[in-house]
Amino acid sequence: MDFFVNLVIAAISSGTPLLFAVLGGILSERSGVVFLGAEGTMLIGAVVSCLAFVHTGSLTLAIAAAVGAAGAFGLAHAFLSVTLRANQIVCGLALTLFGTGLSAYLGKPVAGQALAVSMPRVKLPWLEPIPFVGPILANLDILVWLSFSLVIALYLYMYKTSWGLHLRAVGDNPATSDAMGLSVDRIRYVHVIAGSMLMGLAGAYLILVYSPNWMEGMTSGRGWIAIALIILAGWNPLYALGGAYLFGGLDALGFRLQLMEIGIPSYFLKMLPYIVTILVLMAAGWRGRNKPSIEPKALGVPYVREQRF
Amino acid sequence: MSRNMMAEAIRGGKQAGRRAKAGPKLPFILQFDPMKKGGPWWMPIASVAAALLLCALFIWANGMNPLTVYEKMAAGAFGSSFGISETLVKAIPLLLCGLGVAAAYRISVWNIGAEGQLVVGAIAATAVTIYWPNLPGALYIPVMAAAGMAAGAVWGLFTAYPRTHFGVNELITSLMLNYVALLLLDYLVFGPWRDPAGFNFPGTPLFSPEQQLMTFSGTRLHYGLLFAFVAVVLFAVFYGRTRWGYEMKLLGANPLAAKYAGISVSRHIILVMLVSGGLAGLAGMSEVSGVSHRLMYGISPGYGYTAIIVAWLAKLNPWGMMATSLFVGGLIVGGYSVQTIGLPSSMSLMLQGAILICLIGGEMLGKYKLVRRR
Repeated sequence: MDFFVNLVIAAISSGTPLLFAVLGGILSERSGVVFLGAEGTMLIGAVVSCLAFVHTGSLTLAIAAAVGAAGAFGLAHAFLSVTLRANQIVCGLALTLFGTGLSAYLGKPVAGQALAVSMPRVKLPWLEPIPFVGPILANLDILVWLSFSLVIALYLYMYKTSWGLHLRAVGDNPATSDAMGLSVDRIRYVHVIAGSMLMGLAGAYLILVYSPNWMEGMTSGRGWIAIALIILAGWNPLYALGGAYLFGGLDALGFRLQLMEIGIPSYFLKMLPYIVTILVLMAAGWRGRNKPSIEPKALGVPYVREQRF
Repeated sequence: MSRNMMAEAIRGGKQAGRRAKAGPKLPFILQFDPMKKGGPWWMPIASVAAALLLCALFIWANGMNPLTVYEKMAAGAFGSSFGISETLVKAIPLLLCGLGVAAAYRISVWNIGAEGQLVVGAIAATAVTIYWPNLPGALYIPVMAAAGMAAGAVWGLFTAYPRTHFGVNELITSLMLNYVALLLLDYLVFGPWRDPAGFNFPGTPLFSPEQQLMTFSGTRLHYGLLFAFVAVVLFAVFYGRTRWGYEMKLLGANPLAAKYAGISVSRHIILVMLVSGGLAGLAGMSEVSGVSHRLMYGISPGYGYTAIIVAWLAKLNPWGMMATSLFVGGLIVGGYSVQTIGLPSSMSLMLQGAILICLIGGEMLGKYKLVRRR
């Protein structure tokens, strides 16, 4: 029992950065823009928030800095892919390379330095007596609660508000949305930037809570796993929650099995999340093989008003 | 949203539209022309310059003199015969992997798994030396090259098959497989393949001389250079002169038209990933056999990712890639040389990313044209 409670707690802690990043990716992709810069943006978020924390000692500033820097990345991506209509895939790759390099450069002075940081926790002692759920929920940090509320808020935003309808319309059919009087460019800009800000938050969580110690490339593929999870979640924030914790759980499980010394070399356990990602996507592809695709129909296609089809 | 509603909206929009924009009128406006060929010939050069400026800003903001840093990089890469031979050594895997990813990109298959394909190629080539220690000497290089290519191709297949049969996005599979390949490498060099006499160095024993690619006298530059040249020529011939190349071109230009013309998209995706992986695998083989002479931890400093830039900088043209691989190879060597002034070697990664950003931005900027307002 204790093992499982601890496992779930660990899954939440390693799933939360994924969750933030997936939510960000969903926002951006729903508007029709693929943002493959997740990995680089998370790294930038992490390094900037690490630097801000080292220099100011303020958690709020550290988080704000991460969100701001990531927003700048989003702005760059939006400018290139929306205004200049560049290839979104190559553009995202370029941002990831740039972010990886820039974060290593900026993080050099603080590399390996342990941060004395503790995220405030929301104590809910009255939950404690409930078996299983109690010990898990009673002592989570505020960012986890923020991620829960974001899941619900984004779900409501996307499916229950007219802004959300506009967002989905732009992602599915920009030409019609344009004719209806929506500004395709503005909606895409806003959501790409908002999405990248969430990815920055993911990076901040990684450094401020998950492993408070900057290392080059510390995201180790989480940005990419998040992009896989977007597809898995079917571009729906509610399913993103399940996907993120599933992978957080795998991460945590691998680590625990390693401690238990069950005879499988740790390298193979570390492969687990990557291989499972591929297998799960294959299963999802198989399941949806005869159904119409649920991905935003204009995903990855730059919108040119003058262009005929 | 129903089709009727959309049609309604379009009709409504057309009537409501055509409003004149307020504001001062310039005699010329910038107009986006999607059909225009992207940019003049000097655009890549201007992009590189813009990227250097962008990074200079960051270096300057961090309290260093960007000129000193760039000078150091240029001197390290091209300032001495040692630097030049090192740059060439780096250009070999970049060119091979670059050709591989370019083949895939030409038909919009986004293989970013060259890194993993390179690593498994290196592992397979090393496996030959470990499991068949008694082959006739002259056989080693061809067998190792074949093993490296085969392993890379299989790794590429792992990306292609889920794409063609399950509709899984190849970007994600190829990237996930990079991490798997790197972990496999770590397992082997820290575990079963570690040289028992290597003082805990994470690497296999050194290859015997006949397992090593020959080097040009007195330098570290090895005959893998020939592999790269041959690959460039073959690539150009295939695309320019064969039916397969023609089908690939058609597929790249208009997949739907190609499909109606009876070209199997799935078959081509699988073929192109086999080629792409095979070339990266060959790069891995030439790295272990020509440069490090053993399989070791961190065998590739991200050649597979950097190759993406090599390919795009040359606009996926094989001859152009010969030049861009040298330039980017120089960036990597330059990146090592700035370590002596206390900067991380990932400086070069930052430059590479910035160059790619400016390049694609510049290319699209070239599609804008000035038109006289009517």
